[in-house]
Amino acid sequence: MGFVIAILVMSAGALVLGAALGYGAVRFRVDGDPLSEKINAVLPQTQCGQCGFPGCKPYAEAIARGEAEINLCPPGGDDGARKLADLLGREYKPLSGGAATVKPRMVAIIREDTCIGCTLCIQACPVDAIVGAAKQMHTVVRDLCTGCELCVKPCPVECIDMAPIPETLATWKWEYPVIPIAPVPAPVAPPGVANAGDSGRKAA
Amino acid sequence: MPQVSFKFHGGLKLPAHKDISSGASIRPVLVTAGQRLVIPLSQSAGAPARAIVAAGDHVRKGQKIGAADGRISAAVHASTSGRVLAVEERRMPHPSGLSGLAVEIEADGEDLWIDHAPVDYRGLSLEDACLALQEAGVVGMGGAVFPSHAKVPQRHAVTTLIVNGAECEPYITCDDRLMRERAGEIVAGVRILRDLLKAETVLIGIEDNKPEAIAAMRVAVAETGEGEIACRVVSVPALYPAGSMKQLIRVLTGHEIPVGKLPTELGVQCFNVATAYSVARVFLRGEPVVRRIVTLTGGVAMPGNWEVPIGMPVDQLLALAQPVDALSGVVMGGPMMGFEVPALDVPVVKASNCLIARVPGTFPERMPEMPCIRCGACARACPQDLQPFELYWWSRARQFERAERYRIASCIECGCCAYVCPAHIPLVQYFRFAKGEIRTRDQERKMAETARERFEFKQFREMREKAEKAERLARAAAAQAQKAAVADVSGGAPENEADTRKAVIAAALERARKQARNAGSRQE
Repeated sequence: MGFVIAILVMSAGALVLGAALGYGAVRFRVDGDPLSEKINAVLPQTQCGQCGFPGCKPYAEAIARGEAEINLCPPGGDDGARKLADLLGREYKPLSGGAATVKPRMVAIIREDTCIGCTLCIQACPVDAIVGAAKQMHTVVRDLCTGCELCVKPCPVECIDMAPIPETLATWKWEYPVIPIAPVPAPVAPPGVANAGDSGRKAA
Repeated sequence: MPQVSFKFHGGLKLPAHKDISSGASIRPVLVTAGQRLVIPLSQSAGAPARAIVAAGDHVRKGQKIGAADGRISAAVHASTSGRVLAVEERRMPHPSGLSGLAVEIEADGEDLWIDHAPVDYRGLSLEDACLALQEAGVVGMGGAVFPSHAKVPQRHAVTTLIVNGAECEPYITCDDRLMRERAGEIVAGVRILRDLLKAETVLIGIEDNKPEAIAAMRVAVAETGEGEIACRVVSVPALYPAGSMKQLIRVLTGHEIPVGKLPTELGVQCFNVATAYSVARVFLRGEPVVRRIVTLTGGVAMPGNWEVPIGMPVDQLLALAQPVDALSGVVMGGPMMGFEVPALDVPVVKASNCLIARVPGTFPERMPEMPCIRCGACARACPQDLQPFELYWWSRARQFERAERYRIASCIECGCCAYVCPAHIPLVQYFRFAKGEIRTRDQERKMAETARERFEFKQFREMREKAEKAERLARAAAAQAQKAAVADVSGGAPENEADTRKAVIAAALERARKQARNAGSRQE
């Protein structure tokens, strides 16, 4: 008889816990993939596709699934790769092959007298930062441009240039303090004393 | 004699060097014909003004040449009469030495004012009074140049108006001389500010190393009737940085402004004495801000204070005080928080309170930086109760999140920590670097967020457009089919184009076969 009670107690416990777990799974369900969102937050959102994925989010999802390396994002730079390595507990890798050159952030500029109004760049812009209409001149909304360069290739008249963002009073910042290294003048040797080796060392 | 009973943490007793320039009364600077003034359009802590004049225009003194752009922005005026030579990029009085948009005016030497008249602020609504301040280009003259009109209307009731006459940095005496000589107008400005803010009490804080200024201000307050305006001139102990807003509020009221809060949330608002003076000029004379008092000191033969038209180049101004030959540089602002001007042709702006002509020996030489020994001297000196040695580690290691956790944003860059550091570490430079990086990082984060939203919206839009197009095509196909069905019933015509073409081909084939048959029968 004792073992029947034991079985009943255990099955009752299993039922209660099972119900609690089932309820919890529904009640506290996490929508979307929290890891890919975290990765996406680290990525620079230039949407340039240099990683081989159509935008930052697809790349983030690929990383989350473990299908992509973390060193494919040149706009994120070395810093970005390090942050991803930190976040994912993976080994840091320097930026891969062709993506090794990290360029400063640029902005696209349309030479407006050359533009023929073909709208190809408007379609290419991943963040809708180009305004214009068919057979009308187009222009780039500077503040929204991410510098992804996706508009440069489609342009049939090559009127889009990538320009570096100039430093202004509003964007200027103090540099890392460095100690200026200045050559120490060699002490004047008193006449008759040969200490050229000593002074040479100091000058170096 | 009202004395204060509150103290702030840390602070320094610094050698004042104020008697170099405080002896002589304020001298006017005359603009001669042909002299060129460069008036920057960005002279407030907010957005730069928009130029409303062009090269060739003739302007008069006090004429608006730059219109305020947005709420946190102030107008800019011509500080003498003459011809506008150019509106273009010029080197700014800024540590970077970068350029900003400026209006260059060639003076005609007549110094003719525009028509101006006093305005009775009591007849104006609060909005109109603030607009008048913005249009007159009134900004904080203590050096922060925050537009004053934006400090007046508040969501929180202001009970205490604090007027800052502490002037705690060594060498600077412009506020001191202003209080000694023009106390009446300062008090008039204080009254206007008090009326606009509807403050109950006014506390004018002046460091006790300026007894003449304290006496002059007391007389001026007594003349206006102290009973009528609850206004007290308070002598505060001379301890750097007592002239910093938060420290002065602490000393005068005992309130400590919490991180991320504004003084107005505690019912306190603070203005500099020179700002109050500008406010008085705006309403009592109708004059916008076109001049300021500048201390010329250091390696000059005639140190003192000059009333300088805004936009006067530093070298021309310094020539009035006869600098010694061997100048090794010019510092704008005080020795603690000022900066070396990048070139001597930069103009004097509303923020320029002092020019120190530097000769070898003016300031102690910079000693080589040595490792931090964690002695804690910096933390004892910090008036903001921070731990500069921690901020230093994290700034140096570029671990900005950690630096933020130690409240680097609260640092006022007063330089007390670097002054006392026995290892001669340029602490403030590290903090400025870290703050700049943090600001850039935050901006980039914001931009990335916008880019992400726009990218996702574009994808959503493309999906929607594709779906809409498919629907449209389906609808068009259905309509075509219906039309064809109707046509079929009525005339029995071929169902569609393909059928027509098939019929044509069949007919052609039939013809060809017939011809072939005919030809065959002829041969036979």
